[in-house]
Amino acid sequence: MGAGQISYDVAHLIGATVLMAGLQLLYQRRLFAVINTFAFQALALAAAAGWQAHVQDAPHLYVTAGIALVFKAMIVPFALHWLIEKLGIHRSVETAMSIGWTMMAGVALVALSILLVLPVTANAAALTRESLALAMSVVLIGLLMMITRRNAVTQVVGFMALENGLILAAVSAKGMPLVVEISVAFSVLVAMTLFGIFFFRIRERFDTLDINDVETYRGDRQ
Amino acid sequence: MIDRLAGLPGLDNPLLWILALPLGAAGFLAVIRDWRVASWVNVAASALTFAASLVLLRVRPVPTKLFFIDDFNVYLVVLTAFVGLTTAVFSAAYIARESEGNRLSDLHLRFYHAMYQAFLFTMLLALSANNTGVMWVAVEAATLTTVLMVSLYRTREAIEAAWKYFILCSVGIGLALFGTILVYLAAQPVMGDGADSMAWTEMMRRAAEFQPDLLNLAFVFVLVGYGTKVGLAPLHAWLPDAHAEGPTPISAVLSGLLLNVALYALLRFKMLLSANGHTLSPGPLLVVMGLSSLFLSAFMLYRRGDIKRLFAYSSIEHMGLITFAFGMGGPLANFAGLLHMTMHSLTKSAIFFAVGIIAQNEGTKRIADIRGLTVSHPLLGWGFVLAVLAIAGLPPMGVFMSEFLVLGSTFAREPLLALPLAIALLLAFAALISRLQMMAFGEPPPRSAAQSSAGRVSGILALTPLWLHMALVLVAGLYLPAPLVAWFHTVARMLG
Repeated sequence: MGAGQISYDVAHLIGATVLMAGLQLLYQRRLFAVINTFAFQALALAAAAGWQAHVQDAPHLYVTAGIALVFKAMIVPFALHWLIEKLGIHRSVETAMSIGWTMMAGVALVALSILLVLPVTANAAALTRESLALAMSVVLIGLLMMITRRNAVTQVVGFMALENGLILAAVSAKGMPLVVEISVAFSVLVAMTLFGIFFFRIRERFDTLDINDVETYRGDRQ
Repeated sequence: MIDRLAGLPGLDNPLLWILALPLGAAGFLAVIRDWRVASWVNVAASALTFAASLVLLRVRPVPTKLFFIDDFNVYLVVLTAFVGLTTAVFSAAYIARESEGNRLSDLHLRFYHAMYQAFLFTMLLALSANNTGVMWVAVEAATLTTVLMVSLYRTREAIEAAWKYFILCSVGIGLALFGTILVYLAAQPVMGDGADSMAWTEMMRRAAEFQPDLLNLAFVFVLVGYGTKVGLAPLHAWLPDAHAEGPTPISAVLSGLLLNVALYALLRFKMLLSANGHTLSPGPLLVVMGLSSLFLSAFMLYRRGDIKRLFAYSSIEHMGLITFAFGMGGPLANFAGLLHMTMHSLTKSAIFFAVGIIAQNEGTKRIADIRGLTVSHPLLGWGFVLAVLAIAGLPPMGVFMSEFLVLGSTFAREPLLALPLAIALLLAFAALISRLQMMAFGEPPPRSAAQSSAGRVSGILALTPLWLHMALVLVAGLYLPAPLVAWFHTVARMLG
């Protein structure tokens, strides 16, 4: 039991760290703090993937860990910092829902995922089971962040937090083929360049990245 | 690595060509400078892909780890390749006329053609994938390529539409991936680690042993995820904007192909649930979502001022109807759903072909400014009238037949559900007919006569796909060949 117990505990410790970073994202008031927290989450994700690679003896997961470490924890936050300075984006986070309520909703979502996932995965390995509950919480919190934040940048970070949760789920699922992880990471890369183009185009036309301003036009003038 | 290569189809396999042709063409088109050449290369590549897809009707390739063709997806592959070809022809004419107005730079056009083929590749990949992961990647890539095409005109509206489309569909796709992972987790204890636990062919065989609760949870995520891409209410918000602001050939393939492919993904998961037998029944969920899409779009059709938006809502309506039919299940309703998928695909892309030319001729997309089309452009105007009557569900068109089958089978089994269904269909019918009357008849505005002489050759070219589609829909309404009917029946039984 000894070694199994340790691998189990460490996996949960790291998974919980990813989740904590997700919750932390919800109460940041400055844009740079949001990005730094996201970088921390990606770092924790890299550790989770690395640990799973070790435990499951699945070397291809090291690649996933590497992508999370280099791309998500370093390049993406750096690029976002650069974009914000370059474009002179307003640096405080605008919320559509007060931070207190958002936090409560976040906690409720964690409870919901635990209640949903644990009963239905009775047959799966314990390691997978609880990691999956953590991953689902991260996904739902990312979704919550996208809904309750107004700036385009925070919405994008919310989306990437959601993807972090997905990758956490994918690496915890024992023996899931490599195809998926690499493609997920790759699509994030593509998505990111896409975002970059978007930002520039939006910047060309509007003075703000605030989604509310973008959406003043409803497109159906009578 | 060798294991992974073994999943690829061999050279003698038509699937390889169906996938390699559009992918290669996308790369090739990215380097062609002259858009006139590019638009014809686009047509040629689509024609070859269509030809390769026809081979599938005779030769059924052996399933590999990554790709397979069965009775269900073969017809969608052929349909996708066909609409891809006709839209490419329309696009050649559309682009020629569009660049007279200098709305698009050469670089944009290069990009457009490359993305068109890349989009076709992702559609065909999603349809023929034997692996839930590959299917997911393909749908994700399809989202990316279409986002780029929707934002092509770089207007404020186009950027807003693309942004909304991107955000909503990325979230949808993310949730669908979570559902896919959950399905893998359901399969893994039974079938062991690795690619087998993600292969449709393997999973269907042993689905009965999967844990039902996990499949239930997975299906909810898949339904919300892929349902967003199907445009089911209340997840449809991206659809009208994306259809309205992109170039019209893209609206045609979005409505005619992308929605079908997303629905196909959803149906595959539904089949897995049916094969298991102990899960919650997915039918009622689909029925509720289908019916709410139908009602929402039926009412929304009344307040549209923009012609492309009008028909985008009509797409939501029809996807709702198809989802409803598959939700009802049973051989007859499934048959109707499959038929309606085909008919809607052909008719709606035909409508967008017509709308594209109309918007170019009149220089506006506002319904209020479009008058007397049958007088000013008879061939176009009557084609448009025919297509709109077909989509509204008037006999003897194919759409009428499939709608009638859905309604009939619902009346026979759940009369209470048939009532709201009939009301929604009638509401939508009335809305479309009143708009059609405004646009097609009456006195045309004086300026359109002068414009219509420009680009007559490309005008004829642009009309060919429209009339071809309408001819097919009309023939299907009057007479369906017996082998086709037998085949639809087989698939309907597969769907459970």
